[in-house]
Amino acid sequence: MRNLLIGLILIGVIHPLYAGVVEHRLDNGMKVIVKQDKRAPIAVSQVWYKVGSSYEYGGITGISHVLEHMMFKGTEQRAPGEFSRIIAANGGEENAFTGQDYTAYYQTLASDRLEVAFELESDRMRNLRLLEDEFVKEVAVVMEERRMRTEDKPQALAYELFQSGAYQTSPYRQPIIGWMADLENLQAEDLRVWYRKWYAPNNATLVVVGDVDPQQVIELAERHFGALRAESIAFNNPTLEPPQRGVKRFTLKTPARQPYMIMGYKAPALTTDVSGWEPYALEMLTYILDGGSSARLASELIRGQELAVSLDTSYNAFSRLPGMLVFDAVPRPGVELGQIETAIREQLDRFKNELVKPDELERVRNQIVAAKVFQRDSVFYQAMLIGRLETVGLDWHLADEYVEHLKAVTAEQIREVARKYLVEDNLTVTVLEPLPMDGTIASQGAAEGGRHVR
Amino acid sequence: MSARILIRGMVLLIGAVWVAGACASPRIERWETPNGARVLFVHAPEIPMLDVRLVFDAGSARDGDKPGVTSFTNSLLEQGAGEWNAYQVAERLEGVGAQLEVGSLRDMAWVAVRTLTEPQALTTAQDTLSAVVAEPRFDPEDLSRERQAILAGLTEDEQSPGSVGRKQLYRLVFGDHPYASDPSGNRESVEAITREDIIKTHERLYVANNAVVAIVGDVSRSEAEAIADQVTRGLPAGQTPPPLPEVASLDKPVERRIAFPSTQSHLYMGQPGMKRGDPDYFPLYVGNHILGGSGLVSILSEEVREKRGLSYSVYSYFLPMRQNGIFQLGLQTKNDQAQQALQVVRETLQRFIDEGPDEQELVAAKQNITGGFPMRIASNSDIVQYLAVIGFYDLPLDYLDTFVDRVRAVTREQIRDAFRRRLDPGHMVFVQVGQITELASSDESLAGK
Repeated sequence: MRNLLIGLILIGVIHPLYAGVVEHRLDNGMKVIVKQDKRAPIAVSQVWYKVGSSYEYGGITGISHVLEHMMFKGTEQRAPGEFSRIIAANGGEENAFTGQDYTAYYQTLASDRLEVAFELESDRMRNLRLLEDEFVKEVAVVMEERRMRTEDKPQALAYELFQSGAYQTSPYRQPIIGWMADLENLQAEDLRVWYRKWYAPNNATLVVVGDVDPQQVIELAERHFGALRAESIAFNNPTLEPPQRGVKRFTLKTPARQPYMIMGYKAPALTTDVSGWEPYALEMLTYILDGGSSARLASELIRGQELAVSLDTSYNAFSRLPGMLVFDAVPRPGVELGQIETAIREQLDRFKNELVKPDELERVRNQIVAAKVFQRDSVFYQAMLIGRLETVGLDWHLADEYVEHLKAVTAEQIREVARKYLVEDNLTVTVLEPLPMDGTIASQGAAEGGRHVR
Repeated sequence: MSARILIRGMVLLIGAVWVAGACASPRIERWETPNGARVLFVHAPEIPMLDVRLVFDAGSARDGDKPGVTSFTNSLLEQGAGEWNAYQVAERLEGVGAQLEVGSLRDMAWVAVRTLTEPQALTTAQDTLSAVVAEPRFDPEDLSRERQAILAGLTEDEQSPGSVGRKQLYRLVFGDHPYASDPSGNRESVEAITREDIIKTHERLYVANNAVVAIVGDVSRSEAEAIADQVTRGLPAGQTPPPLPEVASLDKPVERRIAFPSTQSHLYMGQPGMKRGDPDYFPLYVGNHILGGSGLVSILSEEVREKRGLSYSVYSYFLPMRQNGIFQLGLQTKNDQAQQALQVVRETLQRFIDEGPDEQELVAAKQNITGGFPMRIASNSDIVQYLAVIGFYDLPLDYLDTFVDRVRAVTREQIRDAFRRRLDPGHMVFVQVGQITELASSDESLAGK
């Protein structure tokens, strides 16, 4: 009753986050989305391309991410590294990121410097040089990145095995950074082809959030991006994942100290959903399980039964292709991974057999509503949400509306998605079995290992 | 969970959170609660939310002979307080959408809450925060569970070449100083810590005279005063702990190589650096920005990554603390390139110490730092952390207003002079963790332990 009251009060104080967003499409097909936020005299500019590791295929995995690195390595007009030096000299912060479904570039600047970002971004959208010697160095950097992020991190290696095993055909089976063997074979010419194929205004979305006048931003965008030539973008059909017909289990043995487990159930995404509510029900189920320290997993498995020292749940309704609802756990010393799997499956069975209680639903609703207010503290995050929604093929209006969709989910709907998707035949389990860490890697068999040199 | 997104470069912002300047910096108000806690407040009415961050001089520098006890204590605060157990503390806050964060490092320990300013949420958040800092229960079952979690964290560190290397670096740079030990402690000490140790640590350090309250959000000055009083009301006035000892300079170079089953070697160099309020702060800060503190446009990044493709991440920083914190330089590269990379960073550092930056580099760095100031105070979460630092280290309230001018005033000669006085490449600590493929002739490991 108390919580219900809070919910009602909260609704009164919430203003739509994305009210006053202006959207415009340039003649060449580029979409421009501007949101004014005058709290601080700054602006973030993000250019999102519809390309990422899920657009790749065997033999060239990791190419989108390597290309992202090469986007800082010079155009017809500008030398390698000049982009970054110009942004830095303007007080800006810049970077780029690659995901499964997108590649994005951003600059955060004093809002009166926005044009600097547009000038540079429009130049490298069509005029990248992709010099051979720069490519050779940069692909070596990416291989170091892969060693750092994956090869030498047992949990990351386990996650890679999990993804590649769980998906039979979906491109989500490929790591974003690419397989090492593909990175070794990649050529600058492959990147030139990939760049021409995807880097064009009609495959890009420009998002600006900050202390700007939306009309002026659109004019500025016309001036810098308007003359860029469109491409005929040919989207290859991603291979859809066939239905899974039975539990899959994988084991990774690698030098490590800590056992680890990942469990995932194939689950729908909003892009392909026809029900209008299933992905939202799965989001709510995720919150009920893992939306904080009072949620079920923390209360009952970390405390309570004390099975795990960490236990996380993730599900992304906003992916381009259907994904998974995933659990990962580090067991408490002395606990077998099988005990954790059993306990998680009991938690999921509970959703199938009993309805979520109203006060649990109410807690989650309050958390979601508050989190949406807190989002306004970051212009970067606001731009990120708009860009991501647009780029996976949804609509930025969802940034405003998804909270209402989540709040509308009923206990019965949560029970229904649990019964439909969180079933054994739909499950993949990967466990990490630690091998001794005696100083050598099995595959390399280095002679001087085994000794703790001091 | 593995990262779902790959970022092109790691941008290092250590020490930059509170870079500030002439552009309208937030108006900071400062006062004390009746029991002696220092309060810093910025009125931010744009969003109906509030951040409250309580910071205590209760980091691992205060561990004494029980490494890990302050971190252990801090992590237990939210696991039961006053009349509420761990579940009830969490349920109260999450029921109103509030978020609680606890944490500790070497100098500080903190408890922070973010909430809506709607009355019931606000009241619930501040009552809970008040109990969490003043009346933690430290129930034996919570203690035992948390101990297992800390031990599991230490185990996980043992499979990370980076963690192994950083811990070794701190031990060698700081020797007998309290900064030497890792905030989480070590297996032996964590296993030995008793409930009595935790209770005493809490009684000694979580006191009003040892606390800073940073408040940012949509509340008035008088509301902020009431909130500060409320969240600290259960704290006794208490005492500030004694000053930390000074950090001794290194009197000889030290090299340590640790065999590890990784494809990369992680390389670290370090030395005692500078403290907060250090007279050399500005030349060292601006100089290091040029050397290795400005991400991909730094000299180190240019030499190691851009020119040679040797590493994904290479950086250097001074971590200013109550006493001289670390100067650290690091990178990772595949094992058979380790010696080459080491030679490049040694030469680069030596050249920078000998010659300092050129005029163009200095101008570019000043443009970047001063031009980027507005971004660093753009959000409430930026501002509240920055208030905590100002309050904790007793920096002047006009620090922000003068910052840009002080950065602009730095000269090449000052940077060169400060680096030559403060860094001695002949007395560095060097740590390598990885598959050791070649041993340098100077390596003390050849002589065994």
